[in-house]
Amino acid sequence: MNLASLPGRAGLRYLVWGLGLLLLPLMLQSMGNAWVRIADMALLYVLLALGLNIVVGFAGLLDLGFVAFFAVGAYVFGLLASPHLSDTFSWIAAMFPGGLHLPLWAVLPIGAGLAGLLGVLLGAPTLKLRGDYLAIVTLGFGEIIRVFLNNLDNPVNITNGPKGLGQIDAMTVLGHPLSQVLDLGFIELSSVTQYCYLFLVLALVSVLLCHRLQTSRIGRAWMAIREDEIAAKAMGIQTRNLKLLAFGMGAMFGGVAGVMFAAFQGFVSPESFSLMESVMIVAMVVLGGLGHLPGVVLGAILLSALPEVLRYVTHPLQAMTDGRLDAAILRQLLIALAMILIMLWRPRGLWPAPEHGKALPTEREAP
Amino acid sequence: MSKPVFQVKGICKRFGGLHALHDVSMSIQAGQVYGLIGPNGAGKTTFFNVITGLYTPDAGSFELAGKPYQPSSVHQVAKAGIARTFQNIRLFAEMTALENVMVGRHVRTGIGVWGAVFRTQAFRQEEQTIAERAQALLDYVGIGELAPFKARTLSYGDQRRLEIARALATDPQLMALDEPAAGMNATEKGQLRALIDRIRRDGRTILLIEHDVKLVMGLCDAVTVLDYGRQIAQGAPAEVRRDPLVIEAYLGSGEH
Repeated sequence: MNLASLPGRAGLRYLVWGLGLLLLPLMLQSMGNAWVRIADMALLYVLLALGLNIVVGFAGLLDLGFVAFFAVGAYVFGLLASPHLSDTFSWIAAMFPGGLHLPLWAVLPIGAGLAGLLGVLLGAPTLKLRGDYLAIVTLGFGEIIRVFLNNLDNPVNITNGPKGLGQIDAMTVLGHPLSQVLDLGFIELSSVTQYCYLFLVLALVSVLLCHRLQTSRIGRAWMAIREDEIAAKAMGIQTRNLKLLAFGMGAMFGGVAGVMFAAFQGFVSPESFSLMESVMIVAMVVLGGLGHLPGVVLGAILLSALPEVLRYVTHPLQAMTDGRLDAAILRQLLIALAMILIMLWRPRGLWPAPEHGKALPTEREAP
Repeated sequence: MSKPVFQVKGICKRFGGLHALHDVSMSIQAGQVYGLIGPNGAGKTTFFNVITGLYTPDAGSFELAGKPYQPSSVHQVAKAGIARTFQNIRLFAEMTALENVMVGRHVRTGIGVWGAVFRTQAFRQEEQTIAERAQALLDYVGIGELAPFKARTLSYGDQRRLEIARALATDPQLMALDEPAAGMNATEKGQLRALIDRIRRDGRTILLIEHDVKLVMGLCDAVTVLDYGRQIAQGAPAEVRRDPLVIEAYLGSGEH
């Protein structure tokens, strides 16, 4: 990155991008809060996809249970910032008479840390597994977490089971709760728009983090493991630690996204963390462009926004056929079709890493 | 009398009932190119995998640069100072040639996640030296201008060179080359020979496993011949090639 040589053009490009991202939520808000909400969820999926990309894209470890870390983050915030725990346990109520309402900024490191720890715990027994076998174990792990959340309401009610946790506190930034409208004088920002800006900042920071990891000694070692584990070991790379690091780092992104999700929704239940979610996140990473950050971001935005946008397409179709076509089913069908078409036309993803390794133009003569 | 860089004694390795290696010993002096030859199935690659930590030996003692080492895990052996290439080339196919060599520097550098995320002064300095060193090594093996190209797009001979550059990047005490001339034509073999010769002149020690007896005889300072897991001859190439046991192993005893 040589900014000094092109101060004018690079600076201009950043300025245009910055302005565009600054204005985007406002544009969406003018179209209606439903659109901003779609953008909010899309940005959360960007966080998730970036996290999974570290595991799948960088280190080449197929993880089909990634949503578990999302769930852990969400439940950590759900438990630490809702009345549930103090309602259930009298000793917690005695310790926190006003109810357990930890601020987001205190919960965020806990959620990320716990998710990261679980990531390492999942990684440890699966170090020798690759490909399909690893996918099966991680898939099982994701389901175990969901089943736990679903059933930990008995005999001691910790997670409130399938009913989920409600009345979760909203986020507070600089003393201002994001659940209230922010009046800037010249413009009013709705709650979802404020979340949108927050998630946008998080997503940008995440992209920067991932980029810096990718272009470092650690990132190169991950990619070496992905390309050829035996050769990587022969180069002195300690594959065990680096794989665990990839699992842990990826899971932390999932945990952060989960905390944000819980605060944003105000409600979490095990339903939100089904296997289908894991599959969708993998699809985002793969369809976007495995290991290539702009591709992963694009994949996450498209695949999370597409189902919502399709709502507006399927309703007219449904009306045209006098309601014989079910909108929900049609939507699923169109998404599946889109995925198949992408894989047929762009097998390496929508926006894969640039091909900078074409064979040399002429046969090179021996020196 | 120079002291040996690499010394192993009494290596045994059994696979079930098969005695793949039986009491193999070897001592390589600094700056030598040491040849390990033998007919197919003699145990050359098994020996290689044992000293590099891929297989656990049943018996034997190992010493590298005067210090004993245990070939218990592959990455530790690399750290101790043995770098290897593979019989069937194993590059990081989707990474560029430069990145491949940069990975070789991993074991001699140490900046972790923190430095990478915050781009500390130390990180930037280390990255720069890694890249410079990697480019210098590519130049050294003669493929400097191929640095930005993906490894899988390189020609076969260049991939071999890249593998050698990557191994050199780990600052090895001992370079172990597993059949580097396999699948090469006469011109490529000549170039490879010149490269190995150059690496030796620059003070590296090389263990060469090779099928091509001509290449080994012309290049090596000393040779060990394996047959059915036993070492049947050891010494200077000129003596070894006259050894009746070696001739028998390669040509058959002539009884049938």
